[in-house]
Amino acid sequence: MAFEKIHTEKMVLHYGSKMALNDITISIPEKKVTAFIGPSGCGKSTFLRSLNRMNDLIEGVTIEGKILIDNINIYDKNIDVVTLRKKVGMVFQKSNPFAKSIYENVAYGPRINGVNDKKQLDEIVENALQNAAIWEEVKDRLGDSAMGLSGGQQQRLCIARTLAVNPEIVLMDEPASALDPLSTSKIEELIVELKEKYTIVIVTHNMQQAARISDLTAFFYLGQLIEFDKTKKIFTNPEKKQTEDYITGRFG
Amino acid sequence: MIESFNKNIKGILINEKNPEEMIKSFKNNIKGILIEGLTLSSAIIIIAIVVVMFTVIFIGGKDQITWEFLTSFPEDGMTKGGIFPAIYGTALLVILMSIAAVPFGTITAIYLTEYAKESSIIAKTIRFAVRTLAVIPSIIYGLFGLGFFIKFVGTQMDNAFLGGELKWGQPNILWASLTMSLLTLPVVIVSVEEALKTVPKELRAASLALGATKWQTIWKVVIPGSISGIMTGTILAVSRGAGEVAPILFTGVAYYVATLPASLSDQFMVLGYHIYVMTTQSANVDQTMPIQFGTTLVLLMLTFILNFSAIILRYRIRKKKID
Repeated sequence: MAFEKIHTEKMVLHYGSKMALNDITISIPEKKVTAFIGPSGCGKSTFLRSLNRMNDLIEGVTIEGKILIDNINIYDKNIDVVTLRKKVGMVFQKSNPFAKSIYENVAYGPRINGVNDKKQLDEIVENALQNAAIWEEVKDRLGDSAMGLSGGQQQRLCIARTLAVNPEIVLMDEPASALDPLSTSKIEELIVELKEKYTIVIVTHNMQQAARISDLTAFFYLGQLIEFDKTKKIFTNPEKKQTEDYITGRFG
Repeated sequence: MIESFNKNIKGILINEKNPEEMIKSFKNNIKGILIEGLTLSSAIIIIAIVVVMFTVIFIGGKDQITWEFLTSFPEDGMTKGGIFPAIYGTALLVILMSIAAVPFGTITAIYLTEYAKESSIIAKTIRFAVRTLAVIPSIIYGLFGLGFFIKFVGTQMDNAFLGGELKWGQPNILWASLTMSLLTLPVVIVSVEEALKTVPKELRAASLALGATKWQTIWKVVIPGSISGIMTGTILAVSRGAGEVAPILFTGVAYYVATLPASLSDQFMVLGYHIYVMTTQSANVDQTMPIQFGTTLVLLMLTFILNFSAIILRYRIRKKKID
């Protein structure tokens, strides 16, 4: 078994008094693609957002239990959220580039980390854009506004922006759900390439997508982790009936 | 279903031929026309007021506006000469006022939109206070400025630093500007708040997810994204301040001063007050009539230009938001 990058134990999350996640215990290995699937409102996105503490931004969220990343509880009092988020990057459902140039979007993360050397920045930006498979499309217009890119390009730019901070884990919240099939397949190829260097956790509504790109799949239902196993096993021979019902389209 | 539908259709057609129904519908039509006419004429009256006001002021003042008029001092008991000190005083007043109101208002707006929780008591109290400030009559600001800035702060300063010699404990441009900045503060806060809210939440999330601190996010994403809105707020505040007279009546404006204000403790002249002085306090009102028209036209143009640039800026922000 590969090294456990992320490990949660009896994790419970409440929105105010409403329980959104109940007793989640899971071990996510490093440098693999792990997919979270499940019907809308099952808690998979909420769980993803707990892994880089983006839920801190939402009023009334309380979390119990343990979430360990590299064996450190990220909800410990002495954890610096800013440092955590540099290590655990996130790509959102809707591409959200800043109203800045392509170059400045990617350079944003390094810059706030204090990298100001032009040469060093150039190098980081080029590497990130290459890793996100968009360098060839934008290398001649790095100074243009990012808002002029297509939706698929914007999403790959957002991935490049995340990679520029040099994270170890990349969380993706339905990164291709707003894209056309061609852009989606580009993003999917990219995700498979990225697992060589990064631990990827992806939330998806698209079960074919989970089957195509992930090594492991976790099925969430009504705030509970129903089943977590190798993707192949989940899609061919699931243990639980609820999982089978969901992947065969009988509900959800 | 279809049967009952057909019956209804028939019913309507028959009713159309019924004389009573026809009279009723005719009456309704007349009523509609009357109401439309009434609302339209009210709207036209509004246009007429604007047109008449502008025409009268423009015809009365246009010959008065010369380079000489704009750049020279009043002469002969203000019956001749120019209005330069009033223009200069107005400009200085709004600049000092903006220096005080814009940073203060912007910081408050940042607190309200970025830090305060929507439901917190502090945020609710601040919003209530801002709304209250916005509806307080401007003369009350003047009285507050007199009581607080001049009688309290100024006198304390004189006692502490000048051994009681009267310098800050009397009306001057500093106290007038600060009083005016209180009046314009709600305008600044509300428009900056609106501008900050146009920056999508997703961008804040993106920045935070990259490991930016809250302040880095505000400084590098939120403020650059709303800078034109902040400018709109500033311009609206300046335009409001440029036209107000009441808050500075007790706090620094002068009937006439022979020199331009050179220090913060000097008194000054202002366009709005100059008009009032010439119409009511002048020894010879008829003789000052052309100057009154000229001054009014200058003031009107000034606030018009300011408001117009605010509208353009706002339009550009809205367009950007839609894109």
